[in-house]
This record gives sequence, C-alpha cells and structure tokens, in this order.
Amino acid sequence: MTDDSARLLSYLHPRPHSRRAALRGLAALSFSSVASLPLFAAASGAPANAEPRRKAIPSTGEMLPLVGLGSWITFNVGDDPPARRACAEVMRAFFAAGGRMIDSSPMYGSSQAVIGEGLAALGGNVPVFAADKVWVTPGERGPAQVEASRRLWQRPRFDLLQVHNLLAWQEHLPMLFAMKAAGRLRYVGITTSEGRRHGELEAIMRSQPIDFVQLSYNLLDRDVEERLLPLAQERGIAVIVNRPFRQGALLQSLARHPLPPWAREIGCDGWAQFALKFIVSHPAVTCAIPATSQVAHVQQNMLAATGVMPDAAMRRRMAAHVQAL
Amino acid sequence: MSEWWTYRLSDFLMFSTPTYYRLFERQNAAVWPWQWLALALGSGLAAWLAWSMSLQRPAPVRSDPEHRAARVVCGVLALAWCTVAWAFLLRLYAPINWAAAAFAVGFGLQGLGLFMVASGLRGRLALARGPRAWVGLGLLLFALWVQPGLAPLFGRPWAQAEVFALAPDPTVLGTLGILLLLRRGHVPGGATPQRTGPAFFWLLWPLPLLWCAISGATLWVLQAPDAALMPAAAALALAAAWRPRPHRPGPGA
Repeated sequence: MTDDSARLLSYLHPRPHSRRAALRGLAALSFSSVASLPLFAAASGAPANAEPRRKAIPSTGEMLPLVGLGSWITFNVGDDPPARRACAEVMRAFFAAGGRMIDSSPMYGSSQAVIGEGLAALGGNVPVFAADKVWVTPGERGPAQVEASRRLWQRPRFDLLQVHNLLAWQEHLPMLFAMKAAGRLRYVGITTSEGRRHGELEAIMRSQPIDFVQLSYNLLDRDVEERLLPLAQERGIAVIVNRPFRQGALLQSLARHPLPPWAREIGCDGWAQFALKFIVSHPAVTCAIPATSQVAHVQQNMLAATGVMPDAAMRRRMAAHVQAL
Repeated sequence: MSEWWTYRLSDFLMFSTPTYYRLFERQNAAVWPWQWLALALGSGLAAWLAWSMSLQRPAPVRSDPEHRAARVVCGVLALAWCTVAWAFLLRLYAPINWAAAAFAVGFGLQGLGLFMVASGLRGRLALARGPRAWVGLGLLLFALWVQPGLAPLFGRPWAQAEVFALAPDPTVLGTLGILLLLRRGHVPGGATPQRTGPAFFWLLWPLPLLWCAISGATLWVLQAPDAALMPAAAALALAAAWRPRPHRPGPGA
C-alpha cells in the first residue's frame, strides 16, 4: 500500500469518534490530492447510481456526503397536501442518491413541519443528518424554540444546531454547548449568509469550540476564500455552504451561456453540477446545501458529489470562466 | 441589527412564486362556487351605486337613497375585508409568511372601520359625482371583472383567479373604487355647508394604500408581470381623490 493510498483509505474511512486534534490533518487533506489518485482520475463522469463522495467532520471524523439539502423557500409550502407530498418525494430522491444532511430553520416558515412530515412518511430508517438553527431573541427563549423545532421535525434530537445569522449568539452558544455536553445534541455551529458580519464570525471561529460554520460561497461570491475558509481548516471546523446558486439567480444567468467543453473533464453535464463541484472541491468545504423542490434537480445536484473533482488549477479556471461571462 | 441596510427586498421573500399562486387555487377550490355569489354581490353594489348617482341629488335626510346605498356598500365591504383577513391571510397565507398575521390584523381593523361607517351612527354619507366618481366606478368594475382574468392572461390557470371579497388585491382595489364613490354628506344652506359624515372617514384610506405597496413589492420580488398594477391603482385613486383647496380671499379682498 502506497502512502497516498493509505492516506486515501484513512480519509474515506476514519475511525469513528476520533479526537479533533488527530483528525485535523486528515480533514485538511485536499481534494486535489484525492482527485489525482487513479481511483478517481479513471473516469470523467460517474454512474447514475454512484455513491456520493464524503468528507470528514473535523471534530469527530464522521463522514458526510458533499451535497446536502437546503429548505429555504423551497419547502415553505404551508399546509398544502400535494405540495407537501412533492417535498417528501424530493427527500426520498435525496436519500436514494445517498444524501444525508437536511438543513432548516425556524425562520423558514412551514419548512420544518414539511420536513418532519416528509421524514415520517419515508419511515424511520432514513439516514438523515438533521441540521437546524436557533433564531430568536432574547436568548432565554432559545430552549423553547429548539424544542418546538424538534417536535416539528418529529426527531428525538438534532444532529446539528446552529445559531442563525449570529442572532444573540452570546446567549445561544452556551445553551447549545450545554445540550451537546448532556448528549442531547451532537454538533454546534453558527451561520451567516451573503457575506454579512464576517469579522464577527471570524472572532467566534477563533474563540468558540464550534463544530460547524455555515456561510455563503459560490463561483461569484468568493470573499470567504481569503480568511474564513483557511481559518476553518486551521481550527478544524466543518464548513456548510449555503446559497451555492445565489438562490437560483446564478444558474439563471449562466443558462444563457453554453457549458464549456472542458467541463466534461470533471464530469459536469450542466451548470448546477459545475457550480456545486467548484464549491465542494474546496479543501475546507464539508458540504453544500442547495435547495430545490424538484426531484430531477436533487438528482442532478447529488451527481455533483460523484466522479472526478476539479483540482486547484481547474477551480481557478472555472471561476475565471464564469467571471468573464 | 447593524447590517439592515445590506438587506434587499428579495431577502425577505420566504416562498416561491408557485407556492404563492397555489394559495388562490386552494382558496378557490375550498369555496367553489361561492365566487359567483361574491361577484354577483359586488356587481349588484356597483349597479346600485351607479343608479343612486343617476338620481337627482336629494336632501341629506336619514332616509335618502345615497346614504342608504353607502351604508349597505360599507357593510358588505366590511364583511369582505374580514373574510379576507380570516379565510385568506390567517388560514392560508400566514403558514408561509410571518408578516401575514399582521396583515390580517390590519384587514380586521379596516373591516371594523367600515362597520362603523355602515352603522350610520356617525353621520351621513353621500355619493361623489364627476371624474372622481367615474374613476371609482371604473376601479370597482376592474376589481370585479378584470382582475380575476389576470391569472389566465399571464399564463396561470383560471383556478388561480383572484376574486373580489375572497382575495386581498381585488378586495383592496374595489375598496379604493368605492372610497372614491363615497364622500361625507353636507347640510345644505348657510354661508358654508357643514359636513355631516363621519370625521374619521379619511382613516379608511391608509390601509388600502399600504396594501397596494405591500402587494406591489411582493409581486415585484416574485417577478410577476402585473407587479405594478396595485401601486398604479393606488396612484390613480389618490390622483382622483385629490382636490385643491378652494381659494379663500383674504380679509382685505
């Protein structure tokens, strides 16, 4: 077994519950080195039933598929039974393609209830990684909101709870850390979006023992490459990327242009996969969470987690190409 | 939050365009065929108002036909606003939009104000005449018979038609038309005629105008082709209602 192969195997199958320090180097292993290995370089695409590639959560080594499922707007369908059934079908397709993380928030209207109903309809065996948020002020109302969210999800507990948009984080984070210590929560995180309050987020990442950070990153919004993504790698913090398509606007504008022929080299059949592969191939990114209300789209999105990933040179080429359009 | 200025209007949009228009489809399915009653009732009111306007202006006594028509119209409008508040805003819209509960309170307050006018206890109302009245009648008829047709006109199914007294936009637009058609009554005679209608009558204007802005903003963010309709209707109503103050000669004149 070569050194590279051994590193690859340890990357793909880390020992469960390893300690953060031991795993930090593992998580830092970039996709460029993984993608250069023969195993992944052999094919430009991936079979439709391919398992999604995964990355380790630095604090535990638990593996997560590179593509998750967001629920902002798309799952806020109210009490409409046909629309709720359609959302459940999206979740079914997501899990069938190997997906795990579904992300929501009390801010997202009826999305939590829609997810809960969908999970119940799919039965108790789906391997969901339940990620939600706390979004309330004052902080003393946090526990009640978390409990209300848990009931809507119809889950015994959340895997990940994040402070939404840094709202009252000084009060919520201690509450979430206490839940984690008591075994009622597995991971703690914090979120921002659209480039807001990055200075404060950086300070939190430096000072608080959080497991996850969620932020906006895509082919055009790349500020986080400067400080936050390197800092997440340095501190062993998993990164969830929201707004990978700028809420659809990015794909809408890219749709006017043909996909460059060289996109086939990294197994892209469309702009959505192009945009997602750019994001999830960043060494610091753990997963992206595109939101969709269509089964076909969730299947396309999940394919972005399979096959060849762009290396650093290809990522620069992708960003430059889109910037020039 | 110190970064409010960084938010765009679209950042507050919580739902998709199909989800929004499904609300009307679901409401129409739930109340079918009562839409026809709502349209018949609204059309009957419009016809009554037009007929009352055609009469020679009577003395503003309690039994005059203008005052009676105005009271009935305000009573029906009050029911329409309360129906929209409960059946649409609270029951359908609130699950997908945090602000809808506040909208429902506003619609309820407007309904209350219209009930107070309809009670007739606060003085008499009369009907307007001239261009203001014609614009009002036009807006009312547009809300009743044109606005439901906007759904198929812009590529949506008839099932998503927005109907007066059930959906907020045509109810608000029809209300603006009726507010243009009504005015406070006068006691004739004397050097300066005295108004007798409810002094708070002008308070019935702000909420419909505010809704026109809210609806326009929502549809604009949803990139709906008819996003400008409600703000344009509000501007037209305000222009028709505006009346320059009569020139009063000074003491030296």
